[in-house]
Amino acid sequence: SFQIKKLVYVYLMRYAEEQQDLALLSISTFQRALKDPNQLIRASALRVLSSIRVPIIVPIMMLAIKEASSDLSPYVRKNAAHAIQKLYSLDPEQKEMLIEVIEKLLKDRSTLVAGSVVMAFEEVCPDRIDLIHKNYRKLCNLLVDVEEWGQVVIIHMLTRYARTQFVSPWKDDEAGEEYSENNFYESDEEQKEKDRKVKATYIMDPDHRLLLRNTKPLLQSRNAAVVMAVAQLYWHLAPKSEAGIVSKSLVRLLRSNREVQYIVLQNIATMSIQRKGMFEPYLKSFYVRSTDPTMIKTLKLEILTNLANEANISTLLREFQTYVKSQDKQFAAATIQAIGRCATNITEVTDTCLNGLVCLLSNRDEIVVAESVVVIKKLLQTQPAHHGEIIKHMAKLLDNITVPVARASILWLIGEYCERVPKIAPDVLRKTAKSFTNEDDLVKLQILNLGAKLYLTNSKQTKLLTQYVLNLGKYDQSYDIRDRTRFIRQLIVPNEKSGALSKYAKKIFLAQKPAPLLESPFKDRDHFQLGTLSHTLNSRATGYLELSDWPEVAPDPSVRNVEVAESPKEWTGILGKTKKEKPAEKFYSESEEEEDESASTSASGGYLESNLHPTAWRTSGSESEKEDKEEGSSDESSGSSSSSGESSDSESDNKENTAKKTSRAADESDSEDIKKKAKAISRKRSTSSSSDTESTSSEESSSDSKSESDSKSDSESGKSRSATSSKKEEKTIQDRKAPNKQDVFLLDLDDFCPVPTPVAVPTAAVLSPSLTADLEGLSLLSSSVIDVTTQVSVPTKTHELLHRMSGKGLAAHYHFSRQPGIFGDCMVSVQVTVTNTTDQKIENIHIGEKKLPPGMRMHEFNPIECLEPAGSITVSMGIDFCDSTQTASFQL
Amino acid sequence: MIHSLFLINASGDIFLEKHWKSVVSRSVCDYFFEAQERASEAENVPPVIPTPHHYLLSVYRHKIFFVAVIQSEVPPLFVIEFLHRVVDTFQDYFGSTNVGDQLPTGQLSVVPWRRTGVKYTNNEAYFDVIEEIDAIIDKSGSTITAEIQGVIDACVKLTGMPDLTLSFMNPRLLDDVSFHPCVRFKRWESERILSFIPPDGNFRLLSYHVSAQNLVAIPVYVKHNISFRDSSSLGRFEITVGPKQTMGKTVEGVMVTSQMPKGVLNMTLTPSQGTHIFDPVTKLLSWDVGKINPQKLPSLKGNVSLQAGTSKPDENPTINLQFKIQQLAISGLKVNRLDMYGEKYKPFKGIKYMTKAGKFQVRT
Repeated sequence: SFQIKKLVYVYLMRYAEEQQDLALLSISTFQRALKDPNQLIRASALRVLSSIRVPIIVPIMMLAIKEASSDLSPYVRKNAAHAIQKLYSLDPEQKEMLIEVIEKLLKDRSTLVAGSVVMAFEEVCPDRIDLIHKNYRKLCNLLVDVEEWGQVVIIHMLTRYARTQFVSPWKDDEAGEEYSENNFYESDEEQKEKDRKVKATYIMDPDHRLLLRNTKPLLQSRNAAVVMAVAQLYWHLAPKSEAGIVSKSLVRLLRSNREVQYIVLQNIATMSIQRKGMFEPYLKSFYVRSTDPTMIKTLKLEILTNLANEANISTLLREFQTYVKSQDKQFAAATIQAIGRCATNITEVTDTCLNGLVCLLSNRDEIVVAESVVVIKKLLQTQPAHHGEIIKHMAKLLDNITVPVARASILWLIGEYCERVPKIAPDVLRKTAKSFTNEDDLVKLQILNLGAKLYLTNSKQTKLLTQYVLNLGKYDQSYDIRDRTRFIRQLIVPNEKSGALSKYAKKIFLAQKPAPLLESPFKDRDHFQLGTLSHTLNSRATGYLELSDWPEVAPDPSVRNVEVAESPKEWTGILGKTKKEKPAEKFYSESEEEEDESASTSASGGYLESNLHPTAWRTSGSESEKEDKEEGSSDESSGSSSSSGESSDSESDNKENTAKKTSRAADESDSEDIKKKAKAISRKRSTSSSSDTESTSSEESSSDSKSESDSKSDSESGKSRSATSSKKEEKTIQDRKAPNKQDVFLLDLDDFCPVPTPVAVPTAAVLSPSLTADLEGLSLLSSSVIDVTTQVSVPTKTHELLHRMSGKGLAAHYHFSRQPGIFGDCMVSVQVTVTNTTDQKIENIHIGEKKLPPGMRMHEFNPIECLEPAGSITVSMGIDFCDSTQTASFQL
Repeated sequence: MIHSLFLINASGDIFLEKHWKSVVSRSVCDYFFEAQERASEAENVPPVIPTPHHYLLSVYRHKIFFVAVIQSEVPPLFVIEFLHRVVDTFQDYFGSTNVGDQLPTGQLSVVPWRRTGVKYTNNEAYFDVIEEIDAIIDKSGSTITAEIQGVIDACVKLTGMPDLTLSFMNPRLLDDVSFHPCVRFKRWESERILSFIPPDGNFRLLSYHVSAQNLVAIPVYVKHNISFRDSSSLGRFEITVGPKQTMGKTVEGVMVTSQMPKGVLNMTLTPSQGTHIFDPVTKLLSWDVGKINPQKLPSLKGNVSLQAGTSKPDENPTINLQFKIQQLAISGLKVNRLDMYGEKYKPFKGIKYMTKAGKFQVRT
């Protein structure tokens, strides 16, 4: 049973490494399980196999991974990507082979696989960016629908990729910026040169733009890691004018857990140094609450200090005043430092700050006083001219303060400015000489300094005192102090051996010293990519990949082009999400898509994207007003199809749009005559499409010829539908938007494998090989698609079951309606549309002989008694594929 | 990525470990214990700790540290967010009485967040609009900063694959939003309508932030008179809580907590209603007020005894406030309608509004 198997697998994974021999016994079972018809079993077998860390089975693992990487189930392929990383860590020798598998899986269109394979790429071969080129656009477009953890990995990878492939978008706005990132990477001259070169001509690469556009919605993710990833992407890649959009989302994350806050605040701290403007509007969001943990408080304080400017400084200082009184003394001390930084950065408030700090000197808490002393010392150094009073005040403090740093600071100040306080200074030296032996090393050094400076300026009064201190220092326990003593003595005390230096002693000791710069500790963090572990730690973590500089000249953008040869059919399958139950629509959408494709292909060079298909919606009259909006919103799953179209195919798109508009207008005008209208539209479309795209495949042209019958069937169903919906409208307003409405697609449509093109069967054979082929390709649908969604959101991918030629005028199409099987849990519902293309009635259409593999069941449709000429009817049937890849064949 | 995971309880025991790639010795946690010792309180343990060969990333929840061992560069939020999700899952799973009921079905669905084959006899969808006010009120009672953060939590029990849309009367109020992955982003962008196939059961549909332009109505006020005198070892303590802009609704579940300065030995207080506790060890005062009756405002009065000989604390304690107001979204946000497509039955729909205090502080 599957449940038991799963449990056994879990058990094995846990104990395989500990009991390798036993684990090896089970390997043949896994090899068998790798071929199991159930994808879940195949996937977990691979998972267990790759978790058994025994070198002997490396070849077996390699083989299994290779096989699984071309499995029809995207879930199994996802697990293959996971196994790659495990095998690589077990045996790095396999790298080359694994890269091949990665290359193959990167081409995968499934959103399930995308995240995992990029993860494998990052672990195994992060330097092989050449593998990304062809998949770049696809990854960008899939991104919104990838699971959130995959999104994080992909965004980080694409950030690195973009920095190697596009030119810098910062050239334009650099001139006005206070700081520019580039200066950290490049010399100024280079910069200027580049500026000149690029300024006039910078146009963002459409692929660069694509990345920015497709990541933006992810700022709304509930996952903090995703939001942070997008934020760093914008920080590192977006033009500076656009990077601001991330602030709001980052500030939102501050409501989260303390750990998330911690990381986010660190990143904001780095950002706020370089671009204050980004976070200025959110100043108050960084106000500290007494309940915040200390580390959060200090980070917030750091950001507040970075954001301080002339305009907000008075508010900020008032806020700081509350912080200084905080019971959390560590935080209060940090606040004093912050005030000091504000005072040096904003000259207008230097005096105010200084006065405030002097007031703090009378604070009862020693830590606060000590911190104030240290900060005042730094501040006085910047403008010592008229602060004799403060120095005197501080000298008085010396009697009470015990914190060494503070005492040392005061002594240094007095020594440095001893000429301003000629009466006090010798007295201070006298007092401290008395307590010398009990002082901290830090203080002792400063006593020595003070002595030396006084000796040089006022030797009359202090000669003896200084010599006394020097003698004490000579026999001190600390070698630092003994060393300093010896050094000072040689310099200042004249004797026969003293060299030329002692002449300059005064200059040496009392030289003008540059004021210390009070800088943010986050100042130098910006050379790490934001959002990384290395940034958080401010040191290179193992495996950190440097973000490269922007290239001078962009490498050839055409490497990202995907060959047109990648059959358009596939794309239509993926993108043609129109309504189901309407084979005709399929035709519309396809032809339109062809157009779009050819248009965009010609313009942007093989970029296979397309607009959504408003005509497809339009045929259902009930929703005329909403169409527009839905059209917009349905873009979501198809990446940014319409927008990417915009940039590339302007002319042809315009033409098309006008065509659409007219048809829409006509359509809206009367809802009664849908039948005619639909026909008209279909004709219009078909003509326009055939004229627009001459290179349509033979398949398309055959559908062209079927257009009439198709459109008829369509109009019929459209009519009935509008009838039902109007009925519902009467019933309640709530149901106004009738159930058969389109909806946006969030779903992963790429899970559909490309299906072999249906072939017309030459004979009148009733058994249809094309269905066989198709069902084979769609095996995964049996498990993954069945439970997808409501009928509203169904991609119409119609497959030909029976060609009208081979069916003597009876044509049958089917598609998987992607709704829960109405016939039972395991049944996949298949909608078959039978169309009569002859001019006679066809009677008694039913399912004849079935040839089903064991285990498979099929729920037949009710026999159709009679089908009018040119009429068409849709029936549904259920098939239980048993999660397998087997085919279902039957006779009509 | 995550190499190993250790779970450490309040008393410092590693009670669970899990290794993915290879076994990392428990001794790696010593670095963590060291950091824990340095940080006086659990919440001050740094979330990222570098060790010579590994990096320890941890989250702290339910008095348990979840410590992930990392070997190489990784976005730290990736790990942290993931650990939080793991804890959420544990909480969901162990939180209920019937653990066995919730075993995952292991189905693969293209709507990854919804299991298939859901069936209910009573189809119902409930949405709770919950808003929290974060505010700092200064000494004089004026608002320093106030903002509203809201969430919509849903409990959806609907058969089949329902497709829901939820629209607001005034979506413009929402300034910044984040969605459950089920919400179709483009639809929101273009129409400001939430369109989604819901997960089965309880989930958070939306978190939002109300734009800063809107002035936030502060529904309660606190009158306080807290004073310590230098000369005496006795201080006065008096607070009164009253309703302000409540739109006629009752303020209930009021709870006042305040961290007293270290010098406070004990407090002798009399509340006009509710119960109060002062913990002389942690110096935490909490007063469970209950409902506010506008005719008779609740108050708490009494004396504070201070340690003799020490100088008076230089900061008055901050007051943290909790409260609830039912049937009111303070921002004025209103759900317009909820529609269901894709299924034929008629579900029972319910919307509830509530306003709560978030981080609501009054400086004194």
